[in-house]
Amino acid sequence: MFAAMNTETDIAIIGGGLNGAALALALGSTGLTVTLFDAAPRSVHTDDAFDGRATAIAAGSRNMLRALGVWDRLDGKAQPIHDILVTDGRVSEGAGTSFLHFDHREVGDEPFGHLVENRHIRRALFEALDDAEAVTHRQPLKVLNLNRETAKAVLELEDGTSTARLAIACDGRSSPTAQAAGIRYAGWSYPQKGVVCTVEHAEPHGGVAHEYFLPSGPFAILPLTGNRSSLVWTEKTAVADAAMSLNDAGFESEVVRRFGHFLGDVKVTGPRWSYPLNLSLAYNYCAHRLAVVGDAAHGVHPIAGQGLNLGFKDAAALTQVLAEAARRGEDIGTEDVLKRYERWRRFDNTAMGLSMDAINRLFSNDLSPVRALRGMGLDIVNRMGPARRFFMRQAAGLSGEIPRLLQGKPA
Amino acid sequence: MIYKDKKRAAFSKGNSETSTVDPEEISRFNKLAEEWWKPGGAFKVVHAFNAARIDKLSESLPLLMERDANADRPLAGLSLLDVGCGAGIVSEPMARLGATVTAIDASEQNILIAKKHAENSGLEIDYRHALPEDIEEAEQKFDIVMSLEVVEHVADAGVFLDILSTFVKPGGVMVIGTLNRTPTSFVKAIVGAEYIMRWLPKGTHSWSKFVKPSELDDVLLPQGYRVADHCGVDFNPLTRKWSTSQNMSVNYLQFYKRYIA
Repeated sequence: MFAAMNTETDIAIIGGGLNGAALALALGSTGLTVTLFDAAPRSVHTDDAFDGRATAIAAGSRNMLRALGVWDRLDGKAQPIHDILVTDGRVSEGAGTSFLHFDHREVGDEPFGHLVENRHIRRALFEALDDAEAVTHRQPLKVLNLNRETAKAVLELEDGTSTARLAIACDGRSSPTAQAAGIRYAGWSYPQKGVVCTVEHAEPHGGVAHEYFLPSGPFAILPLTGNRSSLVWTEKTAVADAAMSLNDAGFESEVVRRFGHFLGDVKVTGPRWSYPLNLSLAYNYCAHRLAVVGDAAHGVHPIAGQGLNLGFKDAAALTQVLAEAARRGEDIGTEDVLKRYERWRRFDNTAMGLSMDAINRLFSNDLSPVRALRGMGLDIVNRMGPARRFFMRQAAGLSGEIPRLLQGKPA
Repeated sequence: MIYKDKKRAAFSKGNSETSTVDPEEISRFNKLAEEWWKPGGAFKVVHAFNAARIDKLSESLPLLMERDANADRPLAGLSLLDVGCGAGIVSEPMARLGATVTAIDASEQNILIAKKHAENSGLEIDYRHALPEDIEEAEQKFDIVMSLEVVEHVADAGVFLDILSTFVKPGGVMVIGTLNRTPTSFVKAIVGAEYIMRWLPKGTHSWSKFVKPSELDDVLLPQGYRVADHCGVDFNPLTRKWSTSQNMSVNYLQFYKRYIA
């Protein structure tokens, strides 16, 4: 019989997705030892067919990725966003008359953010993990159980146990790890799905992102490198399912009907994906010996592309809180310390989650008075400089107390 | 109170060599001891305050002891005596930073709670139910001696500091944290903290026993100590956060380095 292996680490992260990997790098940069546990093998995450989404990396998130040595690995794969055009419309009618125009020159010289395909971000994060001495990436390895003891967290693994001063749940929306620790969630499902695919178009996009508010949900055209764009088509569940079951030519014609012809001929390239949409907000972000980060703490509607940026902000804030506590000799797994992270991030995330919900509700319908009102609303916001700049700073992740990593400084 | 000189009540410098303890103060703290580590208990504010305090200690002590502040355990190999350790809210962080900690308290219940908590935290700390005068002569040399929020509670601060001052090795550091005796401290620490905010139970502090930094200097400078660092510990009501500052008019930490024995 083999003796079960037991390893020790300062921090054990459960879940090796985008949030977990970025958090592991951030914590590893402070001198804490980190073990990242992922149930799925690495090859699954980096497979081109695994995740078709692209993420708008906000300025703060980019600063953090740069500080962690990830951004340079994305050279040539990040498309700057120079303008965002928001339009109210109907399918095959083209853009409505009222639109919001966000021009990055109003808040400084920097672009709003960069569009990067998730598969590229994952590869860059994993490569950086390989070089991070303080981080051990264990995969595929399932965490069977988490025991939160007085002085330590003990993870029961398929091949032994691992003890840590603190465990962190990064295992996605409505995290099973957090729920097992008694953390409750508020939220609901949307009767919508997000259909995602990549298109090629004849004309260059010029770094402009478009958001059409169609009655069934927002339709976002996000510029990728080259003459390519990522589409996020939010649609009523039944229609989305029907679109997913169409053959390639049928799917493409549905896409083109919504996309329009402003960038010349449009062609769908590669696979398509669909994701159910829901809102899931944790009441608490910590328990004794456990912190909850990213989608595990707050799954929001993707309407403004803020999910991953919020997760990176969590990672930066938690890293700063823990590095400071460790430097002082505090016990990093106690609620006394972890509540500082919760107080820092919960309000921001909940406010963002609920405003995305409100915007989605406001726009995802076709009632004439509502259409007229929101047309006026867009026009008013457009005329109001301060309000528009507030939204732009929010979108760039530059509001609230900014964690040091998001400023590009070491935690 | 047996002291007549109200102005410097705590500094009577009497002949009472073993009277650094006031029985009334001990029984009051015995009642509170259980609350120490309870999150959200009577000492909730003390924990928040403690975070600012240990932030300063963890920054200054390695510097003053000429250690690498960025090391994993910057105080490794240094002996540290914590006088009036309470339930160990400073002893534990210092032990985690590598110091070999001896911690004493006049309340037996505090020591029992501290021992239990350190055991649960997997820390080795030598906790003793003792007074400074109980430390045997052979043991009386430490690299760091600290006494935080204690000197304003002892019966005779002069005697108390005299005893502590002999415990520090040449090149070592003494840290005293206490409340300054100023009009501001009366308003903030007594009226504000005990009566308005109710952070502390009424009667926790007696303003006349608060200690001015110059009174610490009077005892320690003649014994070969020099002031090496100092700061105030402040609460900002707008951000609702505790932090260290230059304002020493209420709560402060004074660091002394001993040059000669």
